[in-house]
Amino acid sequence: MTDLESRLNRLTTPDLKPPTFPDADVAYTLHDTPIGTLLLAIAGGRVVASSFGDEETMTTRLARAVSPRVLRQPRPLDDVRRQLDEYLAGSRHTFDLEVDLALATPFQRLVLNDLPDHTRYGATTTYGTVASDIDKPKAARAVGTALGANPVCVVLPCHRVVGANGALTGYAGGLEAKRFLLNLEAKG
Amino acid sequence: MTREKAQLKPGVLPPFQALIDAHWRDVARLARAMAGPVDGDDAAQRAWEKAYAAYPKLTSAKNLRSWLLTITARCATDVHRARKPQRPLDEAPPVAVEGPEATDFPDPELWRAVNQLPERQRFAVTLKYVGDLDHHGVAAALDTTPAASRRLVSDALATLRSKLGVDDD
Repeated sequence: MTDLESRLNRLTTPDLKPPTFPDADVAYTLHDTPIGTLLLAIAGGRVVASSFGDEETMTTRLARAVSPRVLRQPRPLDDVRRQLDEYLAGSRHTFDLEVDLALATPFQRLVLNDLPDHTRYGATTTYGTVASDIDKPKAARAVGTALGANPVCVVLPCHRVVGANGALTGYAGGLEAKRFLLNLEAKG
Repeated sequence: MTREKAQLKPGVLPPFQALIDAHWRDVARLARAMAGPVDGDDAAQRAWEKAYAAYPKLTSAKNLRSWLLTITARCATDVHRARKPQRPLDEAPPVAVEGPEATDFPDPELWRAVNQLPERQRFAVTLKYVGDLDHHGVAAALDTTPAASRRLVSDALATLRSKLGVDDD
């Protein structure tokens, strides 16, 4: 490449302007919380993700499951962020949000959909109990796996489900995060 | 979980945000180089709106960058043409683009010289070098043939060399 060609390659002007868009099919933002960074996403007014997963993996899954028109837009998530912050500060016990489990498999949906009804703020339940609640009493282990894949963490309270002996077992955001959430709810 | 991971096959459309993050600077640079700073920003914004509208219907995730730059080139051409009387393309006289003082730019001498090229040459040379497209890509963006693209770029380079007094063949 000649000198003129490399000068042409670099030809630019200052203050390039990034594009702007109307509300996306899937809007997402990264939200810092005391339990770690959550990727929050909303589609058609419903929360499709509240996840500890990384940005590339999560947006790729959303592009595939919901729409490829996924944009980083914090504004459509203002209400979700506010409710999460209130909950994490201990001033909110239930979420007033609609959830869409587009990222979940049919079995995960079965387990996660009614979780707010099968659990209550400040109390824990067990994988076996949740399995019985969905009429699959032998599926405690599969229930554990489905809860571990919860794409809408915190809002759908999979952290309230623990082992039969009371052990915290696992959590997508780490056991520290699960302990934080259970302690938070115990205080309320 | 494993089931969903298995769904991530190559070839599916990536999230649109990934295209923006990877290419918005190239789109903005190309649009300005083709249509000037003021019309260029307008053209880049229109290009993104068109791309966003068309995106879900794309059947392949290949060459998304060329796809974006082609849309940008068409928008830049439209916006720029709308500002001057219509003439057959190859008879079009040089059209200097207006905008901020070129002295504010990193390579003002080159910027001015590029702006003074005949329109078709300017489009071709900026697509080739600012857009970093090959002659097939340039030809597709300008609705012409790769041979014509080669000629336009070569003529543009010759004019630029003589205007800038460089001899780097």
